[in-house]
Amino acid sequence: MPAVQETVERVKRIDVDQYRYGFETLIESDKAPKGLSEETVKFISEKKNEPAWMLQWRLEAYRRWLTMTEPTWARVDYPKIDFQDLYYYAAPKPKKTVTSLDEIDPEILKTYEKLGIPLREVAMLEGVEPKPGEEDPARRKIAVDAVFDSVSVATTFKAELKKAGVIFMPISEAIREHPELVQKYLGSVVPTSDNFYATLNSAVFSDGSFVYVPPGVRCPMELSTYFRINERNTGQFERTLIIADKGSYVSYLEGCTAPQRDENQLHAAVVELVAHDDAEIKYSTVQNWYPGNSEGKGGIYNFVTKRGDCRGNNSKISWTQVETGSAITWKYPSCILRGDNSRGEFYSIAISNGFQQVDSGTKMIHLGKNTSSRIISKGIAAGKSQNTYRGLVTAHRKATGARNFTACDSLLIGDKCGAHTVPYIEAKNSSATFEHEATTSKISEDVLFYCIQRGLSQEEAVGLVVNGFVKDVLQQLPMEFAVEAQKLISISLEGSVG
Amino acid sequence: MALLEVKDLKVRVEEREILHGLTLTVNEGEVHAIMGPNGSGKSTLSHVIAGKPGYEVTDGQILFKGEDLLEMDPNERAAKGVFLAFQYPVEIPGVATMTFLRTALNAQRKARGESEYSTPDFLRKVREVSKSLNIPQDMLKRGVNVGFSGGEKKRNEVLQMALFEPSLCILDEMDSGLDIDALRIAADGVNALRSPKRAMVVITHYQRLLNYIVPDVVHVMSKGRVVKSGGKELALELEASGYAQFEDAA
Repeated sequence: MPAVQETVERVKRIDVDQYRYGFETLIESDKAPKGLSEETVKFISEKKNEPAWMLQWRLEAYRRWLTMTEPTWARVDYPKIDFQDLYYYAAPKPKKTVTSLDEIDPEILKTYEKLGIPLREVAMLEGVEPKPGEEDPARRKIAVDAVFDSVSVATTFKAELKKAGVIFMPISEAIREHPELVQKYLGSVVPTSDNFYATLNSAVFSDGSFVYVPPGVRCPMELSTYFRINERNTGQFERTLIIADKGSYVSYLEGCTAPQRDENQLHAAVVELVAHDDAEIKYSTVQNWYPGNSEGKGGIYNFVTKRGDCRGNNSKISWTQVETGSAITWKYPSCILRGDNSRGEFYSIAISNGFQQVDSGTKMIHLGKNTSSRIISKGIAAGKSQNTYRGLVTAHRKATGARNFTACDSLLIGDKCGAHTVPYIEAKNSSATFEHEATTSKISEDVLFYCIQRGLSQEEAVGLVVNGFVKDVLQQLPMEFAVEAQKLISISLEGSVG
Repeated sequence: MALLEVKDLKVRVEEREILHGLTLTVNEGEVHAIMGPNGSGKSTLSHVIAGKPGYEVTDGQILFKGEDLLEMDPNERAAKGVFLAFQYPVEIPGVATMTFLRTALNAQRKARGESEYSTPDFLRKVREVSKSLNIPQDMLKRGVNVGFSGGEKKRNEVLQMALFEPSLCILDEMDSGLDIDALRIAADGVNALRSPKRAMVVITHYQRLLNYIVPDVVHVMSKGRVVKSGGKELALELEASGYAQFEDAA
C-alpha cells in the first residue's frame, strides 16, 4: 500500500526521449571485429580462455545457425537485421584480474550507482512491510552478479554462498571451474538447434550467470543480476544456467536497463532452468530497456529464449516478469512439466507505450502425470503500441490429470494501440482440465475522472489504476522488486494519455 | 461571503446546449438544494463545476472564492476545496480503499503546499473518521468500491468528504439506489459535516432526501435554467404539485 503511494509520488513529467537510464559510460572496451564468422566465434572463445569442448560446441551452433532463417510468425515489424553489421563481443578492458570491488573502474561503479544498484552493500529497503510469515526484508540479502556489457565485473556475497555450497558465478568462470556441471546441463533445456536466436546465442554468448544449488539446500539469499548494454552496436548475448538439485530452492532476480541509443540493438539471451525432484526455482525479471524515442526510433530488439525444465517429480518453476522496455519484445518463458506432480507458473505484466511492439507469453508443456500450470498475464497497451499475448498449453498423451488455468487480461489506454491474445491449447488426453479466461478493457474515462476529482493528476490516476490492474502479478515479485516494478510501471506510462 | 458564483452559464454537449444561462450564488455555511426533472441540467451543472471533460462552456463564468474556476484543472479544483460526491461512484479493482484515500489526500495537500501525512497520522485520521461513519476497517482494505453495496458506496463518498475537508460539497443524487436506512446513515454523515465555513449543493429529484438534509435554499431547475428559488418549503410545494408548473416558466 505505501508503495503505490510512493509510485505516484515519484512520477515526474519526463519525455520518453529523456529516458531515465539513458546515460553512457566512457570506458575503453575490447571489441571483437565487426560481423559474424568462425573467426568471431573463435575470438570470443579465446578471450574467455575456454576449453576446446566449449569452442567446439559454439562452432557447431554457428554452423547450424548458418542454415537457419529468422522466424516471422510473431506480430512484430522491424527492418531486417544485418547480422554482419554488429559486434559480437565487447568487454571493459581489464587492467589485471579483479579480486575486489575496489579494483573495478570507478566509472562502472558510478553507472551502477546511477541505476541505484546496491553493489557494495546488503540491499535494504526502508519502510517495506514483510509479508506475513516472511522474514524482515531489511535482513534479507541480495547477491548481485553484475554484468557490465559482456563481462561480469563483480560478484558479491560469494563467501556466504560458498558456505551453503551454492555456486553462483559468471558462466565463463563456471566453464573453467565446473566443466562437468556445465557440460551436463548447458543446452539440455534449450538445445543449440532450438531456434534462430537461441542458436545464434549458443555460438556467440558472451557471459551470464551460472547457479547450482546442491541437494536439500535452500539458497540463503536472493540471487540477482543486472544487465546493462553499453557498447554501441554490440549485440548482447547473455547465457544463464540455473540448476536446482533435489529438494533445493532458489530465487533469482534479473533486472535490465540500457542507455539511450539511436541505432537498434539486438539482444538474444538464453536462460535455462533445471529443477530436479522436489526442487523449486523462482525466476523474476524486471525489464526496462530503452524502448526507442517518441518517434519510434532506436530501442532494443529483445529476442529471448527462456525455458525451465521441471525434470524431477514434485518440482516447481515459477516465472514472473515485468516487461516495460525494448522496442521489440519476443519472449516466451516456458515450462516443460516432465516430472510427475510438477508445477509451472507464469506471471506477466507487459507494458507497451509509444511505438513499442510486444509479442510475449508462455508455453506450458505437460508431459508428466498430475502436472499443473497457472498463467496470469496482464498486458497494457498505450500510445501507438501493439501488445500480443501468445501462449501454448499442451498435454501429452501420457500426461493424465494435467491441469491448467490461464487468465489473460488486456488494458488499452487511448485509441491508437492494440492488444491481441493468441492462445493455443492442445489436449492429447481426455483427463486434462484446461481453463482459459481472457478480457480486454479500455481504461475508463469515468474512473480517471473520479480519481482526478479527488486531487490526482491525470498521470497519477493512470498509474494508480494500472497498478491496481496488475496487482495480482506484482504480488508474486520479491518485495524489493515489487517496489521497483511499481515505479517503472508508472514511469513507462508517462505521456500515455491526453 | 459568496463561495460559489455561477453567472449566466451556457454549456454545450456535442453541439446541443444543455444550460442556457444559469445563475446561482452559494455563500459559506449554506446548504442549497437543486431540484428538477430529468434532463433539466442538474447533473451537467455539477459536472461542469467539478471540471469533467466533454462539456463546452460557451458563455458565462464560475467563480470559486473569487477565482475563475473554469481556468483550473479538475485536480486543482479538488485541491482548492471542490468536492463532488458522485451519483454512481466508480469501482477501481486492485487499489485498496486505504491506498486511494491516502494517495488522494496527499496529492491535495501537496498541491496546496502542505506537508503530506505520515502513515501513523493518516491511519489515526482515517480510523477516527470511519468510526464516526460506522465504516468497518475491513471495508478500507477492499478495492475502491469493489463489491460495495449502494449504501457502502455512498458512505465511502461521505468518508472522503470528511477526510478531505472541502469547502464546497456537491452531492449528486445521493439518494439514488439507497434504502431508507442507508439514506439516513449517509445523511447523518453529511449533516455532521455542516459548518459555517462549508457550503453544500444537494442535487436531487425528490423531496425525501431534504427531510434528512434540510436546506437553507431550494432552487428549481427546468430546461437548463434556475426557474424558481425559495426556502425549504419550496421543496414541499414541489412534492405536492410536481414540476409541471415550471415547464412553461422555462
